[in-house]
Amino acid sequence: MTQYIIRRLVHSVLIVWGCATLVFFLIRAIPGDPVIQMLGPEYTPEAADALRERLGLDESVFTQYFRWMGNLLQGDLGSSITGAETVNSAILSGLPKTMSIALMAFLIATAIAIPTGVLAALKRNSFADFVVSFVAFLGVSMPSFWFGIILILIFAVQLGWLPSLGYASIAEEGFVEWIKHLILPSLAIGAGYAAILMRFVRAGLLEAMSSDYIRTARSKGMTEKRVVIAHGLRNSLIPVVTIAGIQVALLLSGTVVIETVFSIRGIGRLLVGAIFDQDYPMVQGAILVVAVIFVFANLFVDILYTLLDPRIKYG
Amino acid sequence: MANASLASGLKAVDAPAPMSSNQRRFWRKLRGERKAMIGIVIVIVLAVVAVLGPFLAPYDPDADDFDLFSPPSMDHPLGTDSFGRDILSRMLSGTQVSFTVGISVALLSLVVGVTLGLVAGYFGGWLDSLISRFLDLLWAFPEIILAVGMVAVFGAGIRNIIIAVALAYVDDFARVVRAEVLRLREEEYSLAARAMGASHARIMLRHILPNTLAPIIVQATFAVGLGILAESGLTFLGLGVSPSTPTWGLILNEGRDFIQRAWWISVFPGLAIMITVLGLNLLGDGLRDTLDVKGVNEAA
Repeated sequence: MTQYIIRRLVHSVLIVWGCATLVFFLIRAIPGDPVIQMLGPEYTPEAADALRERLGLDESVFTQYFRWMGNLLQGDLGSSITGAETVNSAILSGLPKTMSIALMAFLIATAIAIPTGVLAALKRNSFADFVVSFVAFLGVSMPSFWFGIILILIFAVQLGWLPSLGYASIAEEGFVEWIKHLILPSLAIGAGYAAILMRFVRAGLLEAMSSDYIRTARSKGMTEKRVVIAHGLRNSLIPVVTIAGIQVALLLSGTVVIETVFSIRGIGRLLVGAIFDQDYPMVQGAILVVAVIFVFANLFVDILYTLLDPRIKYG
Repeated sequence: MANASLASGLKAVDAPAPMSSNQRRFWRKLRGERKAMIGIVIVIVLAVVAVLGPFLAPYDPDADDFDLFSPPSMDHPLGTDSFGRDILSRMLSGTQVSFTVGISVALLSLVVGVTLGLVAGYFGGWLDSLISRFLDLLWAFPEIILAVGMVAVFGAGIRNIIIAVALAYVDDFARVVRAEVLRLREEEYSLAARAMGASHARIMLRHILPNTLAPIIVQATFAVGLGILAESGLTFLGLGVSPSTPTWGLILNEGRDFIQRAWWISVFPGLAIMITVLGLNLLGDGLRDTLDVKGVNEAA
C-alpha cells in the first residue's frame, strides 16, 4: 500500500513537472515581445533593454527555464507584469474563492444526486425515473454560465433572495454571507455535475441491487430500507467516488467560467483577466495551480478508492 | 444449407452494396431506442436549420434598424438586441457556425486522437510511453483551461478555437482507441494478417481500426456537443470568435450586461445550445446502448 502511494505520488509529481514545462514553453511561443507590451507608450529601445535585463528575458530560454523552475521549487511564481502584486499573492487571494465555489458545488451536487439517483434506481422505469433521468440529461446539456445567468435572473433580480454578484469572505463578513454568495454560482456548476453523478448512482445501485449479497440480506429478513442503505448504496458508491475524482476537472473548469458570470475574482477570473492583459507570469501561474489541484485531487481520490474497496489490488 | 449460404454469399457480391445483417440489426436496435430516436430528430431538425438558416431568417442578421430591446413579439419572435438587431435572424445564422465548430472539433480531435491511440496501442514500447505521457499531460489540464491557454497563445478566432478545443478532447479518443487496440492486436485475425506478411499500416487500417469504430462513433457524437459547449464558453469569456460572427455564445454574451432589462437576448441562445447538446447527448447515449460500448465518455 505504502509502495503504491509512493509510486502514484512520484507519477503525479512528474505530471506536474511536465505541465510546468509545457506551460513555460507554450507561453514563450506567443508571438510578440512582452516587453513592448509592458512599456506601452513609454517604449524606447533603451528602456526595453533595461527592462529585459531586469526580467532576465535577455538570457537564453534554457537559462530562463532553469531559473523559473528553481523559483517554482521554492514556491515562487514570479511577479505580475501589469500589476504591483506578485503572482503568489494574487493566487493566494483567489484560491479560497475558487475552492469555496468548487467545494460548495460538490456538496450541492452530491446532495441532489444521491437521493434522486436512489429514487430513479428503486423505481426503475417509473415516471419518477423518467423525470429524474430527463432532467439529468438537461443538466449535462446546458452551459453552466447560462444557467448561472438564469439563476441570477430568478433568485437575485426577480425574487431578491440572494446576491447576484461578488464573494463574501467568511472571515470578514461571516458564515451566512459567505454561504449566500456561494449558493448561486455553486448551483450553476453543481447542476451539471449532479446530473452526471446521479446517473452513476442510479447505474451503480441497479447493479448492486441485482447481486447475490442483496438476495442474502433480504432472505435473512432485513428490512428493505436497511438492505438498500447498508448493502446496496454502500457498494454502489465506489464507482461514484472514482467519477467524483474525474469530475474535479469539471468543477474547476466550471468555476473558471462561472467566476466571470458572478464577478468573483478567483483563479478563473484571474486567468482570463491575465490573458487580456497579456500578463504571462500570471497566466503561467494560474494554469499551473489549476493543473496541480487537479492532479493531486485525482491522486487523493485514487488512494481513497483503494481504501474503500478491499478488492482492488495496488497494481 | 451450405448451398443456400453460398448462394446468398454470391448474391451479396453482385448486389449493389446491400446492408449487411449487422447493419440491419444495428438499425433495428437503434430504432427501438427511444433516446436515440429523439436525439436523431433534434439533430436532423437543427442540421436543416443550420443549412437553411440564412434563408429562413426573417431579416438580415446584421440589420440594426429596429427598436432597441424590443421584447419578443410577432414581428420579432425572439426580440431585438442592444443594437436593434433581430435575435431570431442572428441565431439562425449562428446555427451554422455553432454546428461547423462542433463538427470540426469532433473531426479534428477524432483524427488526431485515433491516430495517436492506434499507433500507441499497436506499436507499444517507447512510442506508447511517449504518447501516453503526452496524453497524461493533456489530461492534467481541465479542458476549458487548456483551451483558454491555447487561445491565449495563438489568439482568438474561429480556427484557433477549433484547434484549441479539439486538442483538449484528443486524449478522450486516444485513450478509448488505445485500450481497444491493445486487445485487438492479439486477436487471431490480426496475428493471421501479420503471419501472412501484411504491412503494419494495412493491419492497423484494415483489420484493427474497423473494429474500434463503435466507441469512436459514440465518442464523436458526444464530442460535437462538447465542442459546441466549449465554443460558447470561450466566446462567453471573450476569448472566442470575432464579434462580427454571430454565434450562439456571442449573442448570449452580448446580452449579459442587459439581463435585467432584456432577458431574451441571453436566454434564447442558451436554450438553443442546450437543445442542440441535449439532442447530441441523447443520440450518443442511444448509440452507446445500441452498439454496446462501455466506458466511453462517462460525462454524458
